Amino acid sequence: MKIEILAFGIAREICGGRLIEMDVREGIDTDELRLLLTEAFPALSGLAQLSTAVNGEYVIGAVVLNPGDEIAIIPPVSGG
Amino acid sequence: MTRDIQIYDIPLDLTRCVNTVSDTGSGGIQVFIGNVRNMTGGKSVVRLEYEAYDSMALREMEKIANDAGEKWEITGVVIHHRTGVLETGDTAVIIAVGAVHRHAAIEACRYIIDTLKTTVPIWKKEVFEDGEVWVSAYP
Repeated sequence: MKIEILAFGIAREICGGRLIEMDVREGIDTDELRLLLTEAFPALSGLAQLSTAVNGEYVIGAVVLNPGDEIAIIPPVSGG
Repeated sequence: MTRDIQIYDIPLDLTRCVNTVSDTGSGGIQVFIGNVRNMTGGKSVVRLEYEAYDSMALREMEKIANDAGEKWEITGVVIHHRTGVLETGDTAVIIAVGAVHRHAAIEACRYIIDTLKTTVPIWKKEVFEDGEVWVSAYP
């Protein structure tokens, strides 16, 4: 299935844009997706942290992705 | 509890923030203002570039306001955060908390800014004369 991943901050710069499109197998979970992303963009693995959010909520552990999910990778936040 | 949680790409309005939490039932108002400072680690900062995952950042800030409302007896919370390019001296964030008594306002305000810095998906890049760095990105 085709998915779109939002990337912000340094992750956006590493991935070359705010929106990454990937073709992944049905039933993929967020851990596998992160592995695919770090293979495609090795510099991501150097970050202090890389969290995932699905539909605007932080993922704790791993969740299976469904078509239409809003997926985002969240590098270390630094607001304030 | 009054609440007003916003992300703006225009300058923040301190008076508006304070007015929102000012009512006759609030005996104390605590305000935190986060500004862009001119030096980091001995280097001159030229500007800061803020970026947010707006929809999620607003939800995370709502959660923080809710948590603060459960932990302390507060009457109002304002969280306004800037995005875009900020120069030194510009205000990046304003938090205003109203409460019946001062301790609740002070403690809740501190909790809100401390938690915001660790959970809300907003990022800043510091731009120096000789380079730039995403704050906290690397170990």
